[in-house]
Amino acid sequence: MCIIRPYFRPSTIMDLAFSQEDLDFQEDVRNFLASEYPLDIKEKQDKRLPLEREDIIAWQKILASKGWFAINWPKEFGGTDLSPTKNYILQNELASANTPILIPFGINMCGPVVYTFGTAEQKKKYLPGILNSDVWWCQGYSEPGSGSDLASLQTKAELKGNNYIVNGTKTWTTLAQHADWIFCLVRTETTGIKQEGISFLLIDMKSKGVEVKPIITIDGSHEVNMVYFDDVKVPSNNLIGDEGQGWNIAKFLLMHERTGIAGIAALKRELKRLKDISANVIVGEGSLLDDSKFRDKLEAAEIELTATEFTELRTLSQISSGGAPGPESSILKIKGTELQQNISELFIEMLAYYSHPFLTETELGSNESIGPDYAGAAMPHYLNFRKVSIYGGSNEIQRNVISKAILGL
Amino acid sequence: MDFNFNEEQTLIQSQVAQFIQRDYEWEKRQVLVASDLGFSSENWKTFAELGWLGISLSEKSGGFGGSALESMIIMEEFGKGLVVEPFLETVILCAGLIDSCGNEEQKADLLGPVISGEMHLALGFTEPQSRFNLADVTTEAKKKNGDYLVSGFKSVVMNGPNADKLIISARTSGKQDDKEGISLFVIDKNLEGVSLRNYPTVDGRRASEVTLENVIIPSSSLLSEEGKGYQHLEGAIDGATLAICAEAVGAMEVLYKTTVEYTKTREQFGQAIGKFQVLQHRMVDMFMEYEQSKSLLYMATIKNVEGSKDAKKAISGLKYQVGKAAKFIGQQSVQLHGGMGVTEELNVGHFFKRLTTIITIFGNTDYHLKRYSQL
Repeated sequence: MCIIRPYFRPSTIMDLAFSQEDLDFQEDVRNFLASEYPLDIKEKQDKRLPLEREDIIAWQKILASKGWFAINWPKEFGGTDLSPTKNYILQNELASANTPILIPFGINMCGPVVYTFGTAEQKKKYLPGILNSDVWWCQGYSEPGSGSDLASLQTKAELKGNNYIVNGTKTWTTLAQHADWIFCLVRTETTGIKQEGISFLLIDMKSKGVEVKPIITIDGSHEVNMVYFDDVKVPSNNLIGDEGQGWNIAKFLLMHERTGIAGIAALKRELKRLKDISANVIVGEGSLLDDSKFRDKLEAAEIELTATEFTELRTLSQISSGGAPGPESSILKIKGTELQQNISELFIEMLAYYSHPFLTETELGSNESIGPDYAGAAMPHYLNFRKVSIYGGSNEIQRNVISKAILGL
Repeated sequence: MDFNFNEEQTLIQSQVAQFIQRDYEWEKRQVLVASDLGFSSENWKTFAELGWLGISLSEKSGGFGGSALESMIIMEEFGKGLVVEPFLETVILCAGLIDSCGNEEQKADLLGPVISGEMHLALGFTEPQSRFNLADVTTEAKKKNGDYLVSGFKSVVMNGPNADKLIISARTSGKQDDKEGISLFVIDKNLEGVSLRNYPTVDGRRASEVTLENVIIPSSSLLSEEGKGYQHLEGAIDGATLAICAEAVGAMEVLYKTTVEYTKTREQFGQAIGKFQVLQHRMVDMFMEYEQSKSLLYMATIKNVEGSKDAKKAISGLKYQVGKAAKFIGQQSVQLHGGMGVTEELNVGHFFKRLTTIITIFGNTDYHLKRYSQL
């Protein structure tokens, strides 16, 4: 198998092979997964059942114990600063073992913001809870009136003495029902350029005046929420950076969010799963995989996936040779999410009528499946994945970014 | 050439449209979907009183002698309200099948109660391995002492939970994929050896897994002749395909219009998002997919009513187009509504879910494209 080593120096020739050190690392990861991946979590994951809050925390702690949680963080803040190749190997091994997806809000979002923009005191206060997963973070960005046009957000924070008084509504807040803290974009200035009146504020979810209401999505799940703030008192030293710096911090963060968003390793696993299963779906004399119409779609997805993987690797190698993730990460967001949707759709095509039975999550867990055992989760997954081309900056917005920032249009 | 409805047809259309508007509000529908039955027996009574349940059945069977055109009109309006009453299953599929190949006694016994709204039916035509091939039947029926002994399994039987009787396809001779040797039986759900596992489907409707274990079925339950069921089954599925495409056309009309309206009112970046050209073109494409589907719906329905030689081919062409359009319009309506589009609260997601199942029901685009090229 040919795999790129993405940290080549510009002067060296391209190299698609792993070094002995990398191969040893891969062996390490496999051994670790064989012995440390808890069987109860594995069973839920393999059956595509929802995880409890505790399952996710437990798994993040296991990874942290090995130093494979804060892989992108600098060492001085408690990270591992794993090389891009090792990171690549780790992600592929974790995905192929179907381990839980990490909750990104603390480790990939709030953490990097705090160690990049926070004071020494703030780093001391917030980073340990993120590193050991004792504090669950959620993200307060979108508002009912501010989706794609995030900068129009209205949630207001007024400084009174040593406190900000926060009023407003955040929406699409993922897993806010589990969260201890929320990082928010708030408006501290209502006049002037709208981007310059935005600040980055950390709010304890237990504060008086914070209310969380569930939003149920078309797959029947409770993943996102409305979060209401009614005269919530927030100490002024919960502000990250200066007043008015929030938009720049948000832009920094969106770049971080977009590089992981393609979910390449998980896509490889799902495509392989689709291929394996469809090879065993009997149609007439052969299998569904022998049906040229169906097979062509799988192969086309595989080619697109490989292209996206290597686009990501090229972006990573740019970062490791000193660049920052730029607007190119928008390509990864668009292509990655299109593939996620495409593959979830092919599962529906494969199942045909057996994609229609619709049981609740609890029924899925306790009942015998209707049709093949892989059937139950396919439709909820397909429906849920309509969100991926909408969230994190809709794919229309991503195309605007590319057209403006890269093509100069 | 005339694509206008006659006076009676116009009347039916406005009658159904009025029902949807007045008696089928969205909130009411959502309550029905969540209820045990999954629809309203009151509504069903109304359908019977207004004559809709017998409209497409022949006069000889006690119907009103209408055709696929009347069914199309009703189903298109039903699509606009996302009606969950099992009109497609009981009336179009099953009663249509009995009307086409049942004997006088069967018609009298079954169609009368269907037309008066007292009987529900379901058709078991798929098995776990069959996908869209109606001839792929492993459920077996063997003659025994003048009766039939039937064993097998029927999957995702739409309206199964609510049906008083089931019609199933079973093999009386031949190999697994043979068109010859398939027989159709009307069976009572409470016969010994018949068991159902009922469940809701993603579109808010109901279905069953039906297990048949040495069920003794009297020979009087045989529809048409032994071994000659395939052509009748195919005919019934073709009729139901037309009807479900009409439903899809109605649903797609609501979706593209709702989306256009939403983008006129939703403001971002200081203007209605409908002002952005990239979204305008997307909605133009949605609109065109809808129009193209409606055109093929009319074409295929007329060919079917006229008994034209290429009616089957026209139906496959239609289902291919509708599958393509339903996917595009459904997905893009959600996309253009943004986060709101994926919420349970908004009707958009529910229209999307029904269109998603319609893409599969009676054969997806791949299947119908292949069938089109073979016919």
